[in-house]
Parts: sequence; structure tokens; C-alpha cells
Amino acid sequence: MIRSYIVYPLQFIFLVVLQGVVLNNVQFSSYINPYLYILFILWLPIKTPKWLLLVLAFALGISVDVFSNTLGMHASATLFLAFCRPFVLQLFAPRDGYEPNQKPCIQDFGFAWFVAYAAILTLLHHLFLFYVEVFRFSDFFSTLGRVTASSFFSLVLIVISQLFFYNAEEKR
Amino acid sequence: MRNLIRFINTYSFFFLFLFFEVLAFYLLLSNNHFQQAAFLNATNSVTAGLQKEYSKLTDYLNLREVNQNLSLENERLRSKQQYSFHKLYGPNFLINDTLYQRQYLYSKAKVINNSINKQNNYITLNIGSLNGIQKGMGVLAPNGIAGVVKEVSKHYAAVVSLLHSNAKVSVKLSNSSYFGSMQWDGEDYLEGVLKDIPNHVELHLGDTILSSGYSATFPADIAVATISSFEKIPGENFYKIKVKFLTDFKNLSYVHVVKNIRKTEQKELEEKTEVEYD
Repeated sequence: MIRSYIVYPLQFIFLVVLQGVVLNNVQFSSYINPYLYILFILWLPIKTPKWLLLVLAFALGISVDVFSNTLGMHASATLFLAFCRPFVLQLFAPRDGYEPNQKPCIQDFGFAWFVAYAAILTLLHHLFLFYVEVFRFSDFFSTLGRVTASSFFSLVLIVISQLFFYNAEEKR
Repeated sequence: MRNLIRFINTYSFFFLFLFFEVLAFYLLLSNNHFQQAAFLNATNSVTAGLQKEYSKLTDYLNLREVNQNLSLENERLRSKQQYSFHKLYGPNFLINDTLYQRQYLYSKAKVINNSINKQNNYITLNIGSLNGIQKGMGVLAPNGIAGVVKEVSKHYAAVVSLLHSNAKVSVKLSNSSYFGSMQWDGEDYLEGVLKDIPNHVELHLGDTILSSGYSATFPADIAVATISSFEKIPGENFYKIKVKFLTDFKNLSYVHVVKNIRKTEQKELEEKTEVEYD
């Protein structure tokens, strides 16, 4: 329990700095930009209070916004992600419900479960983010293409980093 | 009343979400309207500091192209120097030249943050109000135009990149001086669109597009782009033209900020005319 008071803030800072300094400068073919920072929201324990989820999402989004000069944009998308998370978790719940202390990660639920869970939430977040950024529906399909491509790369990064930590935990 | 409280209690999660979302959109919209600039400037001195350190690290990666561009620019400037012109008259001939008066001053700046992958891109420069940078000044890249200064703090300047959905540059064709406005359509960072060129003008692929100097932000006759494709649209008076920017925004390291000494004079006169004769 006490460990999580140290781990989560560190994770928060690490992901925000990683996103702001490194990943914002990564582009494939000028359209695609991975957003790894949402991993923080994906990883929070399942029993996290819902209000805390929203507060953390807002703080996370604003921090990323400050780095990319888009005040409010990532915040609104991350809030949407946090809002959707309980419903997606409900959708994927095991037959006898979740146990306390479980985290939505590969160790607890397996590879396929995690990929499906992360894919849906990443796609929702990117949809919201890209359409808010464009702020019009006139280029609907070109934006949709960017959403799909970026979601794919974000998802690959999320799964890779998850596997990375998975192995680290195994060895311990 | 009890029912209302129960209603709010049941849907508290949704209401909290709504509350935060409204807050986020308020920030988003007011930030677009420049009011939030003060807040942004304050926080920027933290993140800009960090980004400056990061750009120190990544500087090495594109030194090659930067050097190439700078030496090309030097070549151009050197060919305009006085010593590269042949003197027609003898050594004792004095020309008191009042034909040429200085209108533009330049200060060099280094790009410490830049993006090309968003719909609204900004550039951060390492000089600010202490270096005499003001809002509304133009920013020139080694080839062509980079953007216009939007906000300045003491040590940094935030520039609206040409890759911004609201950025427009007044330009003209090199061979016929018809003028139009150049914008970015938000797709490829190498390409933009040129509007308001009438149908009857003869165009060729690869024609150079120059800055017009009408806006008093940039000097006239700087090459900014070349025509990469054009078509006539039936029933419309203007061409649909795609242009290729000469500036490679992905590889922007050193830029020059332009100060137009006579900008206020020109703007005041124009505004006065509009007020009096409208």
C-alpha cells in the first residue's frame, strides 16, 4: 500500500517528462504521433475511486498540455478516457467480479485481456483528442486515418512497456 | 429537493466528469483567444528551460544540414556585399546615397522547441523581450518564412508557425506579381495551398512564389515556396494551387527575427484611411 504512494507519483512524473521531451518529437511520416502517457490511467488499480480517477486524469492532461502548448486539449481527452474506463472494465469483468488489489495489467489478467482493454481505451482517447484538435468534421476521414495509425503505434508502445515491466517484476 | 440530491448523488461521476470537461474546454478555448497567454508564459519558463537543455543534446543530430543551409545563406549574402561588385568610377568619386534607407533589422535566434505534427504548431525561440523582440514580428528561416511572433517573455518568444491553421502569408507570383494568400491545409508539413490567384493567369509547375511585403511583417521578394500542382475548378474564379514550402520545418535550427522599423507608420496610415473613408 505504502509502496504505491511512491510508485504512482514517480510513474506520473516519468510519463509526463517522457511524453513532453521525447515522444512529442517522435513522428512517423509526419502524421503519426504516439501518446504513451495514458498508460498512467490504464494502470491505476481497479478499485481506484472514480472521483480520484477524474482528478488524476485532469492533472495528467494539463501537465502534458503545458509541455505541448495546447492547454486543455490533452486534459479533455484524458478526462474522457478516465470517464470511459469504468465502463470498459465492467465490460471485461470476470464472471465473479474483480478482487481487491487487482491491477489491469498482463500479470493479473493475461495478454489478450490487456491488449483488448488497452486498445479500446487508446482508440477512444485518440478519437477524442484528434477531433478536438481539428475542431471540425470537414476532414472526417483523413482525421480518422490519423487516429487509427496513431492509436496503433501508441498501443504497440503501451504493450511493449507493459511487457518490459512484466519481466522486471518476474525476476524479482 | 431530496429527489434532486439523490439524482445528483447517483450520477455524481458523470457530473464530476462534466465539470472537469467544461473546465478543460474553457482552458482550450480561452487559450486560443490569447487571454491565457500570461499563464502560458509563466509555465513556459519552466518547460522552455527543460526543452532548451534537451535541444542542446539533439543539436548534434542535424548539424550537417544546418551547416549546409547556413553556408548557402552566407554564399547568397556574400554575393550581395559591396566588395563583390565592380566599381565603375574612379577612387575619388563620392556618391551620397539617399535612395536606400534601412527598413528591416534582423536578429538571429535559435529554435529550442518546434513541432510539425499538430494542426496548430508553435515554435519557441531562445530570445525574448530583453533582446528587443516584440509581438507581431516576422520570423525568417534560412529558406523562406517560418512564422510570426505571438507572445514574448523576457528570454523566450513563442512563434505561430506557418504550419498553423490560422496562419496566412501574403504572397505573389514571381513572374506576374499577382498576389494571393498562402496557408497550410493541415496535411503534409512540406506542402501548403495558395488561394486567390485568378483563373486567367498563366501558371507553370515549379514557379517560384515570393513574399509580397504587403503585411509589413516580412520584407518583399523573399522566395517562400514553389508551385507543385494546380488545377482550374469549373465554375470558380480562382485556381486551386498546391505549393511546396522551401522551408523544411522538420529541420529548423537557426532563424532570423525581422523588425520592420516603419511598420507602425504604415499601419497607422492604413487604419486612419479605413476609419475615415469607410
